[in-house]
Amino acid sequence: MIRALFEKTGNAIYISHLDLMRLFQRAFQRAGLPLTHTQGFNPRPSVSIALPLSLGVESRCELLDFDLAAGSFTDDEILARLNQTLAEGVRVLQVYRDGRKIRELALLDCQVTLEYDAGIPENAVEKITDLFARDDVIVEKKGKNGPMEQNILPMIRRLSIGAGEENCLELRARICCQNPTLNPALLAAAIERYLPEFKPDFVRIRREEIYDAKETIFR
Amino acid sequence: MTELKQRILPAVQKPARYTGGEWGEIKKDLKDVRVRVAFCFPDTYEIGMSNLGMRILYGVMNEMEGVWCERVFAPWGDMEAAMRQHRLPLWALESQDPIHSFDMIAFTIGYEMSYSNIVNMLNLAGVPIRSRDRQGLKNLVFAGGVCAFNPEPLAEFIDFFSLGEGEEITVEIVSLYDKAKAEGWSKEAFLREAAKIPGVYVPGFYRHEYNPDGTLAAIVPVEGAPKTVTKRIVENLDKAYFPTKMIVPSTEIVHDRANLEVFRGCIRGCRFCQAGFSCRPVRKKSPQVLYRQAVETLTHSGSNEINVSSLSTSDYRGLKELTDMLIPYCESHRVNLSVPSLRADNFSRELMERLQTVRKSGLTFAPEAGTQRLRDVINKNLTEEEILNTCANAFAGGWSNVKLYFMLGLPTETDEDVLGIAELVYKVIQTWKEHAVNKKRGLRVHVATAYFVPKPHTPFQWEKQITPQEYLRRCKLLKSHFYSRSITYDYHGPDLSRLEAVFARGDRRLGPVIEAAVGNGARLDGWDEYFNYSKWYDAFRQCGVDEDFYTTRGYGEEEILPWDTIDVGVSKAFLKRERRRAYEGTITPDCRHGCAGCGANTLLKEVGCDD
Repeated sequence: MIRALFEKTGNAIYISHLDLMRLFQRAFQRAGLPLTHTQGFNPRPSVSIALPLSLGVESRCELLDFDLAAGSFTDDEILARLNQTLAEGVRVLQVYRDGRKIRELALLDCQVTLEYDAGIPENAVEKITDLFARDDVIVEKKGKNGPMEQNILPMIRRLSIGAGEENCLELRARICCQNPTLNPALLAAAIERYLPEFKPDFVRIRREEIYDAKETIFR
Repeated sequence: MTELKQRILPAVQKPARYTGGEWGEIKKDLKDVRVRVAFCFPDTYEIGMSNLGMRILYGVMNEMEGVWCERVFAPWGDMEAAMRQHRLPLWALESQDPIHSFDMIAFTIGYEMSYSNIVNMLNLAGVPIRSRDRQGLKNLVFAGGVCAFNPEPLAEFIDFFSLGEGEEITVEIVSLYDKAKAEGWSKEAFLREAAKIPGVYVPGFYRHEYNPDGTLAAIVPVEGAPKTVTKRIVENLDKAYFPTKMIVPSTEIVHDRANLEVFRGCIRGCRFCQAGFSCRPVRKKSPQVLYRQAVETLTHSGSNEINVSSLSTSDYRGLKELTDMLIPYCESHRVNLSVPSLRADNFSRELMERLQTVRKSGLTFAPEAGTQRLRDVINKNLTEEEILNTCANAFAGGWSNVKLYFMLGLPTETDEDVLGIAELVYKVIQTWKEHAVNKKRGLRVHVATAYFVPKPHTPFQWEKQITPQEYLRRCKLLKSHFYSRSITYDYHGPDLSRLEAVFARGDRRLGPVIEAAVGNGARLDGWDEYFNYSKWYDAFRQCGVDEDFYTTRGYGEEEILPWDTIDVGVSKAFLKRERRRAYEGTITPDCRHGCAGCGANTLLKEVGCDD
């Protein structure tokens, strides 16, 4: 198994998970890197991407697993060839073998940018800091059986908030990303629910880094 | 801070269709660009990116030095609502710049039901919709595509039309614009010069006069415009520009595959088929050129499917040679090869077997009519025996899915013909019972009927369309004769085909109707989610135009037809002759069994027809 660490930025953040898999399959084909295929009635090139990313979310730390059917390519060759054939905004940062098992992936760092068109409201940093210092923060989450209430605090390892670029607050958090998973969008949803006066005009989210349960960087 | 468009994108469905940035997209440095063309497809990204013509012309224009052609598609309803709410004008994908800043705005129009999108897109762009309200060279609007063969309903909106195949004429048009812009011509001066390019039709140079009964009294050319404009064709397709470096969409589109067009035109002459006549004469590409283009296209795109396309692929003389080369290549590269539009002949059956290394898809026939008599009337050269033989073979080979397509309302059709459809379907079921290898899997026969729409430049261009009530009666009559649970019968409501019939043979008085309908909210009419006849019904009433004039009335053979200015190469005398033969129930053999003298061969100077 070969693993690629890649980033998804710019307009590529609007490419869905399924479309991204197809995009990679074709990029491999164009790059002259033959993927192995799934067995079965309708063989498909086998690529898998860990932790599907929501539409509109940027990431610096996506993982793609694949195997090549033929040819011997060095990791650097694979990286170079892929980066010549990928669509705008998808860029491979590193290619390596013997990556850790995806199920050991547990945490991720995200940056949630809260944009306030009319300027950052007064006391926002304090109030939001206080919010996440409560005993519980209950947010409505879309579940398979309709919406359900969920306390998101146990899934937040650390959280800080401060001023970012003009009229923006940057909320940085280390959160659970697998068993259980916290969607970073719920951090903004919590602010909207408990502090409606601090509801931002727009929220941008970026995945920064991934870790195992012991908070060691995951590769 | 995130800019407005980026804030809207996360909230709409399938945002990737609005961003550009796909593999193979062409970007140019504005300092090297003298002419910017916004190439608009009047439907969604998924439909437009599946269109080969658009991809060819995108390549043709971008091959030109100093010219940058970018793509524009109709937004889906949620995006349109956001654009209107935030006053965000329609943009082109490559640069994301609003198209009102472009020099030329081009449309490719293949379907009458996209007319509302054309007007709506201009409106969304903030460009005046009417030609006369656009002054100067900026935002010159031109259009081509099959619908340009009767462009009159759009005459008010489009400055000029480009008729026929675009590989060469588009270069001539854009080059003239380049010159005009450099020399500071007026729009009128440009149009006068453009009208001298063979294949360019400037509707403003023709005055349409009407009789009291609403029929055309005269079409008067002014400004020295020619009496008729003949469509353009590319004589040698092997030498014609073909883009093997194509854009690979990052999101799913309707036909997501490489495309190989093996020939243009059709030898068959089905009397209802507009493409069959208006795309003549027959010209082919050589298997060697096609194979090279296939390999280049697949290598560049990384696509895992390639489609061999034409109006009737079994009639391509090089099919065996081409598939003998393509099949091994596709197998070793894990590429699906799809060859639709095959006839039910022996070679095609063998070919289908060989393609079976891939997936067993269904079997599709378009007999169009239920009885041999009516199939002779429409010159659909497909017999019951051929259908049943092919079915027998397919069932014996394990197929268990058949699709059968028919039309209702064809000229001379009686209830006997309608019920002939049911009889044919039962014979297919009987054939399955006799030949199926695995009866446990059951049989699915999918029957669909369409409402016949008479089209310009066909022998049926003068015919009446039956009334919607009569169409529905025939649908219900047929439905009442389907008892088997194996049959799924689909028919569409009559409204869309009725509207299609109005615009297919429409005249200039329909311009205000389109504008009014768009005002009433009509758009994306080809989509069930959006099509609403009441918006059009109101528009017809607002403009005092009667749909029946264009549909159930029928056109007289001596009448001046709105599309008489347009010459597609096939003569009116031939169409009249074919119409008479239809009424006699006499078939006209295909072009290879003797030239029927349609006249399209006169468009060729260098090569012979079908050589």
